[in-house]
Amino acid sequence: MKLLRRLFVRMARLVTRSRDDRRLLEEIEEHLASQTEENVRAGMAVEEARRQAALKFGPVGPIRERLHEEQTLPVVENLILDLRFAVRMLLKYPGFSFVSIATIALGVGATTAIYSVIDATLLHPLPYPNPSELVRVQDDLPGVGAERVGISIPELRDLANSGIFQSIAIAGQGANVNLTGTAQPLRLSFKQVTPNYFAVLGVDAQLGRTFNPHDSTPGYNLEVVLSDGLWRRGLGADPQIVGRTVLLDNDQYQVVGVMPRGFRDQGATSEEQNVELWLGAGFAGMPFPAPSRSSRHASRAVLGRLKPGLSVASAQDRLNTLVASLSKQFAADYPPQTRWAVRLIPLSETVVGSVRNTLFLIFAAVGMVLLISCVNVANLLLARASLRGREIAVRQALGVQRARLIGQLLTEALLLFLLGGITGVAVLFCTHRFLLSLVPASLPHENDIAIGWGVLAFALAVSAGAGILFGLAPAWLMSRTDLTATLRQEGRGSIGSLGRSRMRHFLAVSELALSLVLMVVACLMLRSFWDMLKVQAGFDPERVMAVQISLPGPNDPRTDPYQTARQESVLLREILRRSRSLPGVEEVAMGDEAALPLGHTLPIRLPLIREGIETLDNEAPVVDSPIVSPGYFHLMGMPLERGRMFTDGDVEGTPEVAVINQSAARTYWPNQDPVGKRVRLHLDTRGLAGPAQPVWTTIIGVIADARTESLSERAIPQVYRSSYQRVSKDLVLFLSGNLDPANIPVQVRQQVQSIDASLPVFRAQTLKEVLSASLSFRRFSMEMVTLFAITALLLAGLGIYGTISYLVNEQRREMAIRLALGAQRANILNLVLQRGLRLAATGVCCGVIGALIASHLMAGLLFGVSPRDPGTFASVTVLLTGVALAATYIPALRAMRVDPITTLHSE
Amino acid sequence: MPDKSDVPQGTLALMVLKTLDLLGPLHGYGIARRIEQISGDLLAVNQGTLYPLLLKLENEGAIASDWGTSENNRRARFYRLTNAGKRQLRTETGDWERTAAIVARFFSAKAEDLA
Repeated sequence: MKLLRRLFVRMARLVTRSRDDRRLLEEIEEHLASQTEENVRAGMAVEEARRQAALKFGPVGPIRERLHEEQTLPVVENLILDLRFAVRMLLKYPGFSFVSIATIALGVGATTAIYSVIDATLLHPLPYPNPSELVRVQDDLPGVGAERVGISIPELRDLANSGIFQSIAIAGQGANVNLTGTAQPLRLSFKQVTPNYFAVLGVDAQLGRTFNPHDSTPGYNLEVVLSDGLWRRGLGADPQIVGRTVLLDNDQYQVVGVMPRGFRDQGATSEEQNVELWLGAGFAGMPFPAPSRSSRHASRAVLGRLKPGLSVASAQDRLNTLVASLSKQFAADYPPQTRWAVRLIPLSETVVGSVRNTLFLIFAAVGMVLLISCVNVANLLLARASLRGREIAVRQALGVQRARLIGQLLTEALLLFLLGGITGVAVLFCTHRFLLSLVPASLPHENDIAIGWGVLAFALAVSAGAGILFGLAPAWLMSRTDLTATLRQEGRGSIGSLGRSRMRHFLAVSELALSLVLMVVACLMLRSFWDMLKVQAGFDPERVMAVQISLPGPNDPRTDPYQTARQESVLLREILRRSRSLPGVEEVAMGDEAALPLGHTLPIRLPLIREGIETLDNEAPVVDSPIVSPGYFHLMGMPLERGRMFTDGDVEGTPEVAVINQSAARTYWPNQDPVGKRVRLHLDTRGLAGPAQPVWTTIIGVIADARTESLSERAIPQVYRSSYQRVSKDLVLFLSGNLDPANIPVQVRQQVQSIDASLPVFRAQTLKEVLSASLSFRRFSMEMVTLFAITALLLAGLGIYGTISYLVNEQRREMAIRLALGAQRANILNLVLQRGLRLAATGVCCGVIGALIASHLMAGLLFGVSPRDPGTFASVTVLLTGVALAATYIPALRAMRVDPITTLHSE
Repeated sequence: MPDKSDVPQGTLALMVLKTLDLLGPLHGYGIARRIEQISGDLLAVNQGTLYPLLLKLENEGAIASDWGTSENNRRARFYRLTNAGKRQLRTETGDWERTAAIVARFFSAKAEDLA
């Protein structure tokens, strides 16, 4: 307490110092006067009295000094002195200061920008309380190569009673629903969830309530929870909304609550995070199949909250035991060859797992840029040291302590770095709107990227850390000057101290090496991206537009005007007929959302049961099964390999038919002709009551593979079915021809709504756009890394230029003497160039080793190019050597042109 | 003549506090004189060292000071004890007496007492 008080008073005294000193002098004077008087009274002569008084008082100087120490904080005072001096130095060399501050600002600003992205995505991925307890529960059948097969209701109950979870919920995958009764029918994404879903997430409603976690309604409980966005946008922020009913796919639902602003559903894609409606369902009764172990809810995410304090690993151990005992208990449901397994995945991983590696790569790249810019500044500081060598030597000669000298040089460096950091963040702040527009919307939590306190603290820590690290080394070297040698030599054209020039070589080499690594990484990413653009997608996106239309899917099938495929096909044919007559349209086709290449996120996967191959329903492989109209393959440019395509005659009532792609043929009928084989795709997420006898679907044709799921992946097995035989609610209308992208959406909407005014028509886009959007994150990371690599190259070039320039500058005298003694100018040029070449060669060697390591680490992010692609390595090496030589050439020329007479005279 | 002993650190502060407690507000010279008188010239206080100490005590809040006029009509700075200073004096006096008593007991102890 007392110490603290003294500290504060002393701080205050820093300001009032001179006044205090005056006060002390006055007191001393008073004291001496009193003592003198007393002495005189005791009989001394005046002179002697004064002398005795002064003797008794003791020396005034040390007392003033002690008082001064007591009054102030020497550390702070030194700091202020150093700072003042540092500012003066900054102003004295404005060019140097500007270049260093700008370099650091670049490094720190870029690093901070990328850090803010990482902060929003990787560090704070889940906006829920105690997010580390949240896990995704995933069922796999590794024995038959099936993943994410979904969970059955009895299994869910087993898990809920296992004591591993506080609570566990099913979150149905996102789907869309029509909200009617508002001005324009709205197509909204919704999620079916078990009533305890919000309890698992640990978030409550801002208005009304969420579902009752103990609600045991087997099917839909006809309650709906709204997102804040929908409530404000679609329902006018009606405060009386709770208790009202809304019409969803022609069904009446009662609004029970509105989630708080900023609440997001969990999920990796922006679609999932933009869920606006949650419907409560028990998944155990109409319209869902009756609960049994064999009826898995495929592709439904299961979300659990672990018991507090339970780690994911130990929870997994307990779960494995449970799964083993269940497999034994219900041996008939879990044949050993399927090897049923349940995996726990931390929820944060499922949200950002897909982008983590790329973000790390970008962060590493920007980190290297930061490193290079710091090295550059350290290099500049060292270079300046040779200019200031004399100053420092003189100060040392006058008796300055070495620690004090290092402290002062460090203060200068720190000031530079902090100013650079502040400038960088300021520039970032001014441009963050523009920068954010570069970030693709497909990045999870793109909306949460902001420059908050955490990010600012990061920027401060980085600049201070870099300042200390990269300021200390030059300060150390500079303070080690050999006094006599410097004083004698400096100003007479000395050779810089050995330590300093070695250090500078080391810095230049490391810059070269770092930028080579970055360049290689960037080139590999460029090549990957280029290859991906060139890849044969297997479908032709030119001139094609897709417009989405959705049909209602009411819970009561009787209120559905498009209940059967026959009813729906009337609508489809009418839409197709009218669209065909729109201006510019040459071909039209329909499909469901899964048929939109690269434009769907989570395809609905169905179990594939092949006739003649005995499989239990719940261990069948799962496949994507888009539903398409007869014209689809032709419009997409997907050629038929075998058999036939769909025709207008494949309607409800005729035998069900399917067309598969080559990949499916290879995978499921290896070395056989699949045409004529029969399969069953066990349905159906909406649980329409099926016929008693299984209906077999006959494979009628095989089409060529196309990369419809992802450009980077080889074709994935697809089983297409006919629009006229299968009901689908999420429709996509495909049009090709000379289309006007501005008018088509309006025209299609007019045509569709003139058939049925309640149908939402939305999200019209060209396939080119869809394709480009699917690559947006890859493009973003490629652009970022390339940008950083170019920056690094420039900085490294500058660094080498600076190093060689100073070397030449320091050795002007040597050059002049050589010239005077008859050296050829070409020899001088060679001498300098050789020096640069040696630097370049060392840097390139180190860089190639680093780049090999880096490219192997990032191999998973590459496409179509080997991580040790010789072409890339060779061209980058040549480029970098070229830059290094160019940067050496200019100072070398200068060295060659040294005029021996003026140089030797002037020094 | 015995050697004049040095004043241990902290003791001088205690003396200053005690002096101010006994005599009320005093200026620096006065304090120095009193300490000299009481110690019977045994303490060789470099009188100047008193002033940094006074400032330290003031910074700690044990004493406060104001300008005033001395007996012989000089402008002088008068120091007085604050409440915090009084408390400090009490505790430190207690501590000192305890320490002194213990040391005294050790010195008066004889071998037979411990047998």
